Amino acid sequence: MLSYLLRRLIATIPVMLLVAVFVFMLLRLTPGDPAAIIAGDYANDAQIAEIRAKLGLDKPLPVQFMVWLGNMFQGDFGESFFYKKQVGELIAARLEPTLSLSLLTIILTVCIAVPLGTLAAYRQGSWLDRGIMGFSVLGFSLPVFVIGYMLIYLFSIKLGWLPVQGYQRISDGVGGWLLRLILPSVALSVIFVAFIARMTRTSVLEVLGEDYVRTARAKGQTETKVLMRHAVRNAAVPIVTVIGLSFAILIGGVVVTESVFNLPGLGLLTVEAVLARDFPTIQAVILLFSFIYVLINLLIDVSYTVLDPRIRY
Amino acid sequence: MEQQNVLEVRNLTVSLPKNADRPNAVENISFTVAPGEIVCVVGESGSGKSVTASAVMGLLPAALKPSTGETLLQGEDTLQASANRLRDLRGTRMAMIFQEPMTALNPVTRVGEQISEVLEIHTDLSAADRRKRAIEIMEAVHLPDPEKMVDSFPHQLSGGQRQRIMIAMALVLDPALLIADEPTTALDVTTQAQILKLVKEMQERRGTGVLFITHDFGVVAEIADRIVVMQNGRVVEYGDRDDVLRRPKEPYTQMLMASVPSMTPPDRMPRTGKNAIEVSNLNKIYGRTGWLSKDRIVHAASDVDLHVRRGETLGIVGESGSGKSTVARCIARLIDPTSGTISLHGTDIGTLPQSKLRPHRRKVQIVFQDPYRSLNPRRTIGQSLIEAPVNFGVAIDQALKTARDLMELVGLSGDALERYPHQFSGGQRQRICIARALAVEPDVLIADEAVSALDVSVQAQVLELLDDIRERYDLAMLFITHDLRVAAQICDRLIVMKKGVVVEQGPTKDVYSNPQHDYTRLLLDAAPGRDVTFGSDTAA
Repeated sequence: MLSYLLRRLIATIPVMLLVAVFVFMLLRLTPGDPAAIIAGDYANDAQIAEIRAKLGLDKPLPVQFMVWLGNMFQGDFGESFFYKKQVGELIAARLEPTLSLSLLTIILTVCIAVPLGTLAAYRQGSWLDRGIMGFSVLGFSLPVFVIGYMLIYLFSIKLGWLPVQGYQRISDGVGGWLLRLILPSVALSVIFVAFIARMTRTSVLEVLGEDYVRTARAKGQTETKVLMRHAVRNAAVPIVTVIGLSFAILIGGVVVTESVFNLPGLGLLTVEAVLARDFPTIQAVILLFSFIYVLINLLIDVSYTVLDPRIRY
Repeated sequence: MEQQNVLEVRNLTVSLPKNADRPNAVENISFTVAPGEIVCVVGESGSGKSVTASAVMGLLPAALKPSTGETLLQGEDTLQASANRLRDLRGTRMAMIFQEPMTALNPVTRVGEQISEVLEIHTDLSAADRRKRAIEIMEAVHLPDPEKMVDSFPHQLSGGQRQRIMIAMALVLDPALLIADEPTTALDVTTQAQILKLVKEMQERRGTGVLFITHDFGVVAEIADRIVVMQNGRVVEYGDRDDVLRRPKEPYTQMLMASVPSMTPPDRMPRTGKNAIEVSNLNKIYGRTGWLSKDRIVHAASDVDLHVRRGETLGIVGESGSGKSTVARCIARLIDPTSGTISLHGTDIGTLPQSKLRPHRRKVQIVFQDPYRSLNPRRTIGQSLIEAPVNFGVAIDQALKTARDLMELVGLSGDALERYPHQFSGGQRQRICIARALAVEPDVLIADEAVSALDVSVQAQVLELLDDIRERYDLAMLFITHDLRVAAQICDRLIVMKKGVVVEQGPTKDVYSNPQHDYTRLLLDAAPGRDVTFGSDTAA
């Protein structure tokens, strides 16, 4: 197990290096001179050259890459062209809203989707099953921003129960933090509930036909426990896989939700950085996202060994 | 006063859904199981024997409904019991073990927990006491080192050990009735003998009534006190073991018993044809060695030498994991041998690269065990039959004509080429698989457990067909089987394998009458029902 973890961690290094090269090249090869952008519209050539030298942009690409990589390792992601602040600080400040939103959404999703899917499988063919599957088709077809605006209209404007938008730091009070996150996480979770409920249904249905479920019934076990202990645990591997992938997609997809609900998270930061051609920020955000993806994949694989004792690496 | 019966099935009828091939799964059946008695229900697939067991346990699928009759468990009708009452009865008064110990245990839960789950449902014992009871019952079913094994997962145990866990689970609360649904069918013959002995021991010691469901007359002969013979949902014969086995009255029972291959090999002329295939020093090693991963190596075949003459049937017998299928698959080059030579008409095909192998592929064909899964369900029989010849350059018209002839050769109508696999029975599908193998005119036919999944009456017919075909085409046949009765009847020579090594070989008759190796003797002794006369060996 330990050697497996070690191997997997070592295997992430080349992946991250590849991403780093890609990110570095992508921005160096796009047209548009960052030095000119920083210098502003009225700068002369000498000023631009000076900025270029200061940023190291006049050196050959491989040297630039090594310097850039070296800085990264020391936690120095450079200074944002646009905000004139350290990118590291910038990201740290924006991390909390994004992580809060994603975590809350995935918890909400799992709490709703797994029981719904299990119930649908258990009552296969009943009105309940059809209702749940019908909802899941609807969930797939509604875009997040439509759901978001509908929720804001209903719960914030008409009923006045919840704030329209904005974010409150967790350190300023859990109540306010949660209140402001309810609508965005509900809006975001709809499509994932639809997806994971379907997945759960299929997976549990398959397991319900297995011999050991019959064995459990032959022991005199109650239906609830047959479902919980024997069916869902065995159905867990594919379900956990999609939950993990959903979480990865979720973090990448917060851009839209954060814009709709005006949450100052990484999504919004990404949009602003792209619009401002803020290279250091864009680079850091992409690297961070890739790192999170790699980490989630690792967690999924490790969770297999916990869920199913037959899986050993 | 006579003891109350543990189980009385009276006039039980279970209806099938409207569109089924017959109105009832079981019809008007009656029998009893007394305490301390083993009653065997024997029949071919579709005879309704498992439906009967499920009806008693209240475990029928929703589509099947008992319409009349009663199943009295110590006088209480389980057909009328509420869902709650049924749950109380299961595990305490009636318990069941199943065919597949591989799948009947929950793979993600420790075996000890699965046993103590029964106690958790039905008793107030504390967790520590439950564990203690689990270990005790594991000891009672002779599992080695129960203190340690109690924390194992099912996949860490062998098939026989898993079946012992199932038995332990069923018997932990001393039920009055144990229903065993083909509990040894998936096991090796030596393991089967041990499990049968265990069931008998448990039943004697605890006075349990056992309803034992099987298709295997050998097992019946080994274990039954009384026998119920079923066919198409009806009881055709019901009586004491010796009456049914030694003096069967009904033609159906007589036919079934005659279909069971005899353990005595018939006299066969030694074959003198040319060698069609020669294998020497064949090795197959599975596993890998690598950085940071432990070396796990399995020697699936070690230094195997064999040859098959034209017109000859060579049997490879052995238990699961003996390497018999590995050898067959290497010869057909479905897997690549690690080393050794496989000489086909003087060409060594053991090491040929795929590109050069193609012309030789048609010369070796395989018929697999499971006729339900070895035909593509979305292609017609015709499409499946002409695929290989067309690949080798035969014109479609010509291939179709050959396919029609082959269908007739294997005893099916040439018109059936338009139909799909699901429209045929298991035996018919196996005939189709044989026709498919013959379509490319092979020299070597490998039958890998080709009759193991078939009912005895069908098995007898397919064996006869294989023998005919071998004769007619002068084929070299490699017959892989775990069934010593089948091997006795069809093979000219035998190879006995154990853990990848050939331990004995010789003419079939010699191996059966005078086995040299201990393992061969063990296998022959373990074959169930040796004291009863089956098949053609009249009063041996």
